[in-house]
Amino acid sequence: MQEMSSRLMTVRPDKMAALVERAARIKETLEQGTKKPYRDVIDVSWGDPQKAGMKPLTFVRQVIAACLYPQLLDGDNLPMDVKQRTQKILRCCDGGSVGSYTLTAGIPEIVESVAQFISQRDGVSADPENIWIHSGSQTSLTSILALMLSSEVSTKRGVLVPVPGHTTTPLSVMALGGVAVPYFLDEERGWELRVDELQRALVSARETCRPIALYVINPGNPTGHIQSRKSMEEVIRFVAENKLFLLADEVYQSSVYDTDSEFVSYKKLLHELGPPLSHTLELASFHSVSKGFMGECGLRGGYVELLNMDPTVMPYVQQMLQLLTTPPVVGQIALELMAKPPQPGDPSYLLFKRETELIRSTLVDNVKRVQQVLKELPAVSCQPIQGGGFAFPRLHLTPKAIRKAKEADMEPDMFYCTRLLEDTGLLLSPGCVYGQKEGTYHIRFSILTAADVMEELLRRLSAFHLQFMKDFS
Amino acid sequence: MGQKPITFLRQVLAMCAYPELLKDSAFPDDAKQRARRILEACGGQSIGAYSASQGIECIRQDVARYIEKRDGGIPSSPDNIFLSTGASDAIVTMLKLMVSGEGRTRTGVMISIPQYPLYSATLAELGAVQIYYYLDEGKCWSLDVAELRRSLQAAREHCNPRVLCIINPGNPTGQVQSRQCIEDVIRLAKEERLFLMADEVYQDNVYAEGCKFHSFKKVLFEMGPEYSSTVELASFHSTSKCYMGECGFRGGYMEVVNMDPEVKVQLLKLVSVRLCPPVPGQALLDLVVNPPQPDEPSYNTFMKERTAVLDALAEKARMTEEMFNAVPGITCNPVQGAMYTFPRITLPQRAMDKAKEEGLVPDMYYCMRLLEEEGICLVPGSGFGQREGTFHFRMTILPPTEKLKIVLQKISAFHQRFSQEFS
Repeated sequence: MQEMSSRLMTVRPDKMAALVERAARIKETLEQGTKKPYRDVIDVSWGDPQKAGMKPLTFVRQVIAACLYPQLLDGDNLPMDVKQRTQKILRCCDGGSVGSYTLTAGIPEIVESVAQFISQRDGVSADPENIWIHSGSQTSLTSILALMLSSEVSTKRGVLVPVPGHTTTPLSVMALGGVAVPYFLDEERGWELRVDELQRALVSARETCRPIALYVINPGNPTGHIQSRKSMEEVIRFVAENKLFLLADEVYQSSVYDTDSEFVSYKKLLHELGPPLSHTLELASFHSVSKGFMGECGLRGGYVELLNMDPTVMPYVQQMLQLLTTPPVVGQIALELMAKPPQPGDPSYLLFKRETELIRSTLVDNVKRVQQVLKELPAVSCQPIQGGGFAFPRLHLTPKAIRKAKEADMEPDMFYCTRLLEDTGLLLSPGCVYGQKEGTYHIRFSILTAADVMEELLRRLSAFHLQFMKDFS
Repeated sequence: MGQKPITFLRQVLAMCAYPELLKDSAFPDDAKQRARRILEACGGQSIGAYSASQGIECIRQDVARYIEKRDGGIPSSPDNIFLSTGASDAIVTMLKLMVSGEGRTRTGVMISIPQYPLYSATLAELGAVQIYYYLDEGKCWSLDVAELRRSLQAAREHCNPRVLCIINPGNPTGQVQSRQCIEDVIRLAKEERLFLMADEVYQDNVYAEGCKFHSFKKVLFEMGPEYSSTVELASFHSTSKCYMGECGFRGGYMEVVNMDPEVKVQLLKLVSVRLCPPVPGQALLDLVVNPPQPDEPSYNTFMKERTAVLDALAEKARMTEEMFNAVPGITCNPVQGAMYTFPRITLPQRAMDKAKEEGLVPDMYYCMRLLEEEGICLVPGSGFGQREGTFHFRMTILPPTEKLKIVLQKISAFHQRFSQEFS
């Protein structure tokens, strides 16, 4: 089958593939009893809290279990509020079963809950008509991108994407026949988004495409940077001036560690700026249950909220979003529970509070530890991790190490990560996967881990790094 | 629709969601064992962790074994299995992969009339050329290879036909293709170098005497290496239909045969964009391909429930055909499989004129009137495609038997009233 969608061929192969494969093989040999200097593979290459030992919330899982198997409601083991929520949810499902198809935008009562969640967060009302639930936020993003990146026109359309930035979105853009135009975040300034850089990117974009959207990740992935209000305002004005669509990926909004930083949603800030911007700027905001204190990546619950869409476009938006069929019901339930957690006075509240507090303090401690350890290591520098799910330190590799990498036909940070995996069983990802300024090298690892996993990770990483720097001095 | 979920499936899923329940003595051991196994295979032993984009490996292995068993031992490799968010996700992904070219070289995709509208909608969105082939209403909606050839020939004038989509058992028509027919289709695919997409989500829903589900893969391999090593095939299945009916979980898979390794790399890229299929759906799929065995505690209840669902569907299929054919002006082909009936309705000329006045296609007008008068919602045949000048509606046979009987009676009465009104 040689004739195939040519768009896909332009998409670079997955750089992580070889590393991931090697990690799986090492895991196998360890399971078979082969002795290595380490007892297990620690995979922190994804922002996956539960994979890295963090526990799901009891209330969430109790409700889901009871929704799956309502016979549990007859027993005595579940708290009253779990039972009540379960019954409420099942009443909204066809035939009282989570196995039924739902409306494509999601169960209306759950969409309503999400709207209320947004309203409470921002102090600005959210209209359920503008909210669509999907199988994860990337699915929402892909469907919005599909609307914008029509293949009918002769000029390709472009989306400005951050570098460094996670790879899923540029891949989506390219697979849909669009151009992913990079704009570089400023490492020296804590990975700040600078409008002059956006301007440069926009101008250069116009040589190859018609730029139509700006994709922003806040808090940043992998950078962990949280945009200041000033920066966000500049972005909004830039987008308005250049008639771009703003795509705001805010899945890490609950993950703020730095006490001096504050997450503000683009919707809220836009509202604060008032008309005409607040009535005209086209915005799509994305969120999901995958991060934050929920950490339910595998359940696939995400949503998009659209603002100021051209009313003539809306019917097409609706049609397009219908094509995706029912979003997974278990994911919808998780969204419901994220939007409406237990309240003070509810039977489950104390446990819920304890568990979320533990998650929060674990992550704050993880970040402290990471920054502490990295500070002590030579040839490593790390911008403040204000929020998000990752550490993205810079490696100041020696010329000798860089040469060795080139000999092995690898990017220097990929070389580092390959050796790291072999010697310590740690699976991290190299900065070359996310993009970085020429001549700089980074590694990314998740900080959404249980405390003991983080300690072990840092121990192995430090030991390796010191040895590596020695070997290539 | 009132169909009860299968107890065993829900017990295992509940334990996967809330592993504390593994300590609960109310749950049988075989359910616990399955839950533990699934959790072991998940990152951090939780269904809340991402899985690999292609799906959890041990579940893909179980799916491969299931397929081997189903197809009389023909080997299936987990590497060729892609778990998906319902079968629709995999179908759309494959179409995205294959649509390319411009103008006369634009990819053409063959799809039946009538068909499940996911195909036409996706093809329209992708800008692919839709190549329609008519199913033969006079012969129980069977596939006619001569008709496939006809439409293919005509299509070659203006596009590059590359893909042939077959839904077997059919939606909305319910026909179960004969083995001979499947062989003929495979031969055609080989001759014309077409990629076969076999949508087999209704494979456990076969009711009619003398009808049997034959998987495209099985038939392909039984035709010998000349075919089995050359014809490119993707087969789709899901947890939404059959006896499970668990549509909301979005569990499904695709098996690819003879896919170019380079193409597989591209496919992996595409599926990575949506990160991973919902893990509860993957877990459910694992149970479907790994049901309780005769020596296990849950077996009896499981089989009882499964049989009840399938028997009820068979009875409803029979009853539907019988009741509709008793109404003058409604002709109903036997519902051989799947979950729908797609009867043909004869409409008086005056009704068609009235529809035109209202700005509606005649069968849409008919369905609107039925909805207004009886509160029964059917889908007009125009939504699925039909031969010019013919009209149909699609109805599911899923409501509980007693309720279905009432629905059938009401539709029959409505039809007679309607015909009378416009006579």
